[in-house]
Amino acid sequence: MAELDVVYFAWVRERIGLPRERVQTEANDVSELVAELRERGPRYAAAFADLSALRVALDQELATFSTPLSGIREVAIFPPMTGG
Amino acid sequence: MPDGAALEGRYARHLVLPEIGSAGQNRLAAARVLVVGAGGLGSPVLLYLAAAGVGQLTIADDDVVSLSNLQRQVLHATSRLGDPKVASAADRLADLNPDVRIVAHPLRVTAATAPILVTGHDLVVDCTDNLAARHLLNRACVEAGVPLLSGAIAAWEGQVGLYDPSHGGPCFACVFPETGSRPEQGKGVVGALPGIVGATMALEAIKTIIGAGASLRGQLLLIDTLWNDRRLVRVARDPACPVCGREHGIC
Repeated sequence: MAELDVVYFAWVRERIGLPRERVQTEANDVSELVAELRERGPRYAAAFADLSALRVALDQELATFSTPLSGIREVAIFPPMTGG
Repeated sequence: MPDGAALEGRYARHLVLPEIGSAGQNRLAAARVLVVGAGGLGSPVLLYLAAAGVGQLTIADDDVVSLSNLQRQVLHATSRLGDPKVASAADRLADLNPDVRIVAHPLRVTAATAPILVTGHDLVVDCTDNLAARHLLNRACVEAGVPLLSGAIAAWEGQVGLYDPSHGGPCFACVFPETGSRPEQGKGVVGALPGIVGATMALEAIKTIIGAGASLRGQLLLIDTLWNDRRLVRVARDPACPVCGREHGIC
């Protein structure tokens, strides 16, 4: 079991209702972490309904949903913003 | 001892900065910058780049000034409601700094117009309000080898990146692939947000032109003004990127 900070941006944050949270996880990679988070309820399920619209950074480096979480302290999940 | 121009002239506060000085000010005066979108982000970008003495500012926008713009688009005025944004912008910027050559195009970014707009510029600043235009500009910039400074906002947050694969680092599509789905973003935006993000873009444009300080090339700046969080995410080139990747023959 590892502990991670998970940070949400833009409409991901709006849907989940939190800017960040500390998460205990057994996930090996980001997609497994997202699967665990989806189980937390409909707000999370709505935020993670379509992963193709989201990008992820591990310890402030762009990664993919299949990147391993070993040794990672922070996961940031953000969509492209479109407004100008 | 500094001369009179250095103490009292229009660019006095630039000329005394070691990172700018007369060499940097000359680079600004020689620069040709395309700003696409004269709205929320375009307002501070255009105002600060004009005030800074950028030699040529080309503005592209096909919209007109509407009342709901004025809560955040500080380039425009109530007296210009209904006017093309490029006309309102050109008049305001000419009044601010007559040294700057303003070229106004009341055009929308399309696959046909993007390459024509980008040609002849040293830097493109993306202040558009949709992902399709951002990808069209990115393609045109990659093909022309022109750096793209792209900013975007939503509600209380912003993103800024410098995409310049001809000098290393990713293009916009390496970071935000065109194949991703595009969920609808809400229209709400706090009025001062484009001021924060747009002024950041203007400052990064100045740094890029004069070659000072740390570049945003290879980094994505995420700004959350509601929760006072700013972070830099390292972003790398995707060798399989369909826009700039080696397999696709651009670089």
